[in-house]
Amino acid sequence: MFEADGSCRPHYVQLLEMLTSLSVEKLEQLQFTTDKAQMAMGMTFNVYHDKQGIEKILHLDIVPRIINAAEWKKIEAGLKQRIYALNLFLQDVYNEQKILKDKILPKELVFSCPGYLKPCEGLTPPKGIWCHITGTDLVRDKDGEFYILEDNLRCPSGVSYQLESREIIKRVFPNMLSKLGVAPVSNYPNRLLNILEYLSDKEKPVVGVLTPGIYNSAYFEHSYLAHSMGVELVMGQDMVEVKNKVYMLTTNGLKQIDVLYRRIDDTFLDPNVFNPESLIGVPGIFKAFKSGNISLANAPGSGVADDKAIYAYVPKIIKYYLDEEPILSNVPTYLCSDEKDRAYVLDHLQDLVVKETNAAGGYGMMIGPRASGKELKTFTRLIKENPRNYIAQPTLSLSTVPTLVDSQLEPRHVDLRPYILYGEEIEVIPGAFTRVALKRGSLIVNSSQGGGSKDTWVLQH
Amino acid sequence: MLSRVANSVYWLGRYLERSENYSRFIDVNFNLMLDLPPNVKEQWEPLIRATGDYDLYTSHYESFDRETAIYFLAFDKHNPNSLISSVTNARENARMVREILTKETWEKLNELYLFVKDGADKETWKSEGAVRFFTDVKYGIQLLYGIADNSVARTEGWYFSHLGQYLERADKTSRILDVKYHILLPSADEVGSPLDFLHWTALLKSVSGFNIYRRFYGKIDPVHIVELLVLNKYFPRSVFFCLTNAEICLRTISGTSGKGYSNSSEKRLGALQSQLEYQDVNDVISSGLHEYLDGLQIKINKISDTIHDNFFKLNSTFTNQKNIQE
Repeated sequence: MFEADGSCRPHYVQLLEMLTSLSVEKLEQLQFTTDKAQMAMGMTFNVYHDKQGIEKILHLDIVPRIINAAEWKKIEAGLKQRIYALNLFLQDVYNEQKILKDKILPKELVFSCPGYLKPCEGLTPPKGIWCHITGTDLVRDKDGEFYILEDNLRCPSGVSYQLESREIIKRVFPNMLSKLGVAPVSNYPNRLLNILEYLSDKEKPVVGVLTPGIYNSAYFEHSYLAHSMGVELVMGQDMVEVKNKVYMLTTNGLKQIDVLYRRIDDTFLDPNVFNPESLIGVPGIFKAFKSGNISLANAPGSGVADDKAIYAYVPKIIKYYLDEEPILSNVPTYLCSDEKDRAYVLDHLQDLVVKETNAAGGYGMMIGPRASGKELKTFTRLIKENPRNYIAQPTLSLSTVPTLVDSQLEPRHVDLRPYILYGEEIEVIPGAFTRVALKRGSLIVNSSQGGGSKDTWVLQH
Repeated sequence: MLSRVANSVYWLGRYLERSENYSRFIDVNFNLMLDLPPNVKEQWEPLIRATGDYDLYTSHYESFDRETAIYFLAFDKHNPNSLISSVTNARENARMVREILTKETWEKLNELYLFVKDGADKETWKSEGAVRFFTDVKYGIQLLYGIADNSVARTEGWYFSHLGQYLERADKTSRILDVKYHILLPSADEVGSPLDFLHWTALLKSVSGFNIYRRFYGKIDPVHIVELLVLNKYFPRSVFFCLTNAEICLRTISGTSGKGYSNSSEKRLGALQSQLEYQDVNDVISSGLHEYLDGLQIKINKISDTIHDNFFKLNSTFTNQKNIQE
């Protein structure tokens, strides 16, 4: 909200005026009603390893985060470019592998990605689209620029919170949105349904959302999306594959399903091809997918493109396929598998953030400046044992937004996750799921680790 | 509609009805006991027997005192049919199919669940507030029905939940009537005595049937009470009324009109419904009331099993079905 010199950034002025005009009691009251609204709506997520009270509410802070039109224009263009290039990469890497033959990317690195699925070789998904739904994480550093932190191509969650949060905050500050010209986000379910239906050649395809079930942490989102698109919410047990087609078991017999927005991981999709222990998938679904009788969003195998080691090469991937400079930069990344990089990382461990290449949710990472001597030692050992598994990045100073904590507004670090849909064209939804680290000074915004959220306002002008 | 979803909705209907009936059972027995003459002992054992969970009860508890009985019927999580188990199951089923419920029904059901859970945490069975608690549960469920009636689309899901509800209610009405069979009068001379009268009145009140009975039949007479609860065409909790409506639901689901049947559920349910349609109360009494009710309950269970086989069962026989919609 503020510049380094303490002045308020222009697009925040009206919000700041309004906030300062409100008493602390009023702010607390608004926060209280927000909590209540979330409870009543059942906007809950499940926390793993926590048998007691498995349904929890993701804290929604009432102070919105604002992104001005110029910032957004750049983010939008940058994300479209990136997703377009990543999709070309996926098509190439599972087919001709030109990028490997041209030695832009080391073969061993690609093939050692857990997200690289051999059964997908030679496959072209319907309309040539692999990554239909992406939720890319960005951060704004002290230089004011947005950087790409992670490409999430594997069932990213949070979009339902973005939509429901807007519904709540709309009621908290009813006049501000139209006054500032905030872009609406509510037609997301429509757009999502459009891109899903686009994947089938049938006039009125049968679409479903595949969920692992009510104990999954994102179950609220799965049922929310099915409900708001008006499609079936299915579980693996509801489907069978017969002669390369997938059918739902209904009270009226078998009904063919044409498109699945699947919210389960690749390796659980089909026990016949991937993890044989999986009980939440559908035996035979991969065969049906290969025969072109069912579309899956995102396509299995997309995960290879969001491996943290591949991430380091995305600027090169963009250059290779599009012959363009990346509009949005990566955070500088050191690959521990690279000898030179590794030596640097081990020397500068206390200044860097170390991440496991295939972990998510803020797990498996170490923040150098805040790590204890013991943690530093552990990670030194881990990196030496399995360098392929780790990358390191400089510690960024994530931007902050005022947040209501203990009855006062205090700066808290935030990140940004906009959602990108790839159908007939690529669209970036003008809004985002902003996660906020509620602990003072903390940089970890993941909901599983004590993070909250904010409504994100993208200004149209 | 997905078979799994239909199954959840069917059981949502059954568990809600069960919750309401258990609240009624307890509420009424409570009131009955409060009305008893000073020298007559409270009887909770008949209620436990009527629920069909007598063996489970005696394997855990020895005495049939009020507190233990209420705890068992309402708050014991080890009793799969207790109020708290039923409400929890109703909510779990609703959670599985939340995408097809209306916002208000889900929110009210969630509130009801939290209310019952809170009652368990506060050990309501020990307190004076117990009577009030069960009345509130009953009203909470009726509110839910009211909301659903005005906001839920009349599609397959609605009929599956009502099918469950009506079959459950038919079973529970027959069990409430059976309570009277188990209640012991101090001696055979007491038949027709004021105490006997008190029992029958309580029974009618437990199904909200006291006023209706008065208008239809006037004086309290056990034979007429049996007629009202089993065979009456107009009383919405009579076994006949419930079976008739369950049959309408079932036929709407499978789209069968006119005479005959199109699946084994319709066959069984239709047969039982017609049996009651052409019986009079003397047929019921002459075969022995308790035996008659027992037979009804067994048949209703069979119907439920058949519905399960016809609509919910997820197995390989599905893949052999001719009924594949492309």
